[in-house]
Amino acid sequence: MATGRGWSEAVSEVAGVKLHLARAGNGRPVLVLHHDIGGPDRLDFYDSLAERFDVLVPHHPGYGKSERPQWLRGVRDVAVMYQWLLSGLGIERASLIGLGFGGWIAAEMATMAPREFHRLVLVGAMGLKPPEGDILDQAILSYIDYARAGFHDQQAFARVYGDVSTDQLVEWDICREMSFRIAWKPYMYNQTLPHLLGGVRAPALVVWGDDDKVVPRSAGERYAALLPKARLEIIRRAGHCVEMEQPEALNALVGPFIEQN
Amino acid sequence: MHLMYFTEQPMSAYPADEGRDFGATALMFSNKYFDPVAGSRLYNEYLEQYVYAEEMGVDGIMLNEHHNAPFCMHAKCNIFAAILAAVTKRVKIVLLGNPLPLAENPVRLAEELAMIDMISKGRLVSGFVRGGGQEQLAAGVNPAYNRERFEEAHALVVAAWTREGPFRWEGAHYQHRVVNPWAVPLQKPYPRAWIPGVLSKETIIWAAKQRYPYICLNTAIEQTKKIWELYDQAAAEAGYTAGPENRGYLLRMHVSDNEEKAIRNARQFMWMQGEFTGLLHPVWSAPSGYFSPDFRRAFAESVAGRSASPRARPSFEQQLKDTMIVAGTPKTVIPTLRRILEETRPGIMAIWGNDGSVTPEDAKTCIRLLGQEVMPALREIGKELGLNDPFEANAPVHLRYSTDIRQMPQAAE
Repeated sequence: MATGRGWSEAVSEVAGVKLHLARAGNGRPVLVLHHDIGGPDRLDFYDSLAERFDVLVPHHPGYGKSERPQWLRGVRDVAVMYQWLLSGLGIERASLIGLGFGGWIAAEMATMAPREFHRLVLVGAMGLKPPEGDILDQAILSYIDYARAGFHDQQAFARVYGDVSTDQLVEWDICREMSFRIAWKPYMYNQTLPHLLGGVRAPALVVWGDDDKVVPRSAGERYAALLPKARLEIIRRAGHCVEMEQPEALNALVGPFIEQN
Repeated sequence: MHLMYFTEQPMSAYPADEGRDFGATALMFSNKYFDPVAGSRLYNEYLEQYVYAEEMGVDGIMLNEHHNAPFCMHAKCNIFAAILAAVTKRVKIVLLGNPLPLAENPVRLAEELAMIDMISKGRLVSGFVRGGGQEQLAAGVNPAYNRERFEEAHALVVAAWTREGPFRWEGAHYQHRVVNPWAVPLQKPYPRAWIPGVLSKETIIWAAKQRYPYICLNTAIEQTKKIWELYDQAAAEAGYTAGPENRGYLLRMHVSDNEEKAIRNARQFMWMQGEFTGLLHPVWSAPSGYFSPDFRRAFAESVAGRSASPRARPSFEQQLKDTMIVAGTPKTVIPTLRRILEETRPGIMAIWGNDGSVTPEDAKTCIRLLGQEVMPALREIGKELGLNDPFEANAPVHLRYSTDIRQMPQAAE
């Protein structure tokens, strides 16, 4: 199904689960993995990427329009499903862009197949226990307060989400339930991941908003220290949802990084 | 009828203003406001009242537990159950109940309950609950698997009680190399299990499929009747006809020797803003995945402050009018109770007599009047209306022990 700006929507079946997949553009394949609160299907950041890459934006299993696998128990399971999705589509040497929770999935994927990926981009990535501070616990926050915590500037939140509809609240509840199902304890990190990041061959760009209130920057510093070929970039006037709040600044970093040979 | 005394064991000695300022008296309301000196006094007062309730003639003491909140200071059902097993002689010890999903080791729970049953010489009624939403957070237990854990823990507890050990358990949420507890219940096949609840249809249907009595926790009369319709239908599908022995009702009622004092003390049922679980926080009481998807939209709206919680309660005056709270002297409450019994027809009734900061003297007056005047009258009305409890009806402990079902369907566990 074709939608605006060259985006098409399709359903891919992986492990018996129907995954929703949006795709646009040509060039190097780029898999974009969304936040734990799902995310708007269309973002300026995605459109900018699609001007130079073949961009794939799936809904995680159990989030948004993708089916919930009742058996799914961990974020590594999601990472395996995405390896399967890419191989099923015949895609090789993809680059991964992981946003927040999606960054955790991307990091797991990179450790599983160290030679497979072209570039790894982690933006405010969950997945590691922050050396200082804790990952913000959404379980004790309302859906709106948690989504708001992802922004440095509340006007940016309003631009993206407008007046939050009840449908949006229900969608956030579905996302939250799925996050609980697979990342309840330890909350939003994997204790073994830091020991495995050393094998990743792909060059990595670790990006953090200077006002990330969801994942402490110390986690970004830890990612940058553990990944063999990584650099950490801080984007100013951005919270956790950098791609929604500072899409141009993020694109200016990510575009050239993925275009490198 | 089986007539029980209940109190939430309120931790009333806390600064109420601090709770109101914080906006919630649950989960995150700091325990720096808990005063263990008052706590020690209150625990001992409650214990004294339970013993007094036995002396005054109640049939059972109903116990429950909650966590991280002043509205109930009983943090482990089995602690008071064990004490009562030793210090009382006659009353049933009715746990409504142990929150199964919170148990990391249901075999250990089965052992504790078996010990209580033996020490009490077979007086345990072992109810089970899912635990409130905020309790999942307090215990760090995943709310999204609450119902799965409830059902599997129940199956494991019953297996530990009834199957000869040693055996192995390889479940979805619980795995045990060796299940072989050297403590099994005195009562056979196992202690009666009663299931309390308020809202979830799944729990009502589940209880009916097990043939476990369902105890409506202070629901309005019309809501209670709807619950029985659902229960009766599930019972019919399971192959039996439900009756009063399958039905319980918890009522908030304070009785006193004068009307005015009774009303004043009954207002204490509203001491934490009248919410069933204190001044509750909409997010903490409804973590994602805890409630049935049927309620997803309703809770999403209440969490965002756009509507009242589906569990919200009316004003004190309205609750008096709707007989969700009853107050008066024995003489004035008995006709009201007759109407409630005629309408809801329970074989089991729990009276939640005292809450908040009712004085120990007034609490004991209430217990005395309940035991010596109100309950005897209720027993007579119960006889007249044919409200037999599970003991009188000799009801099977579980569907699988039914003798009145020709073709036994499998209980869903």
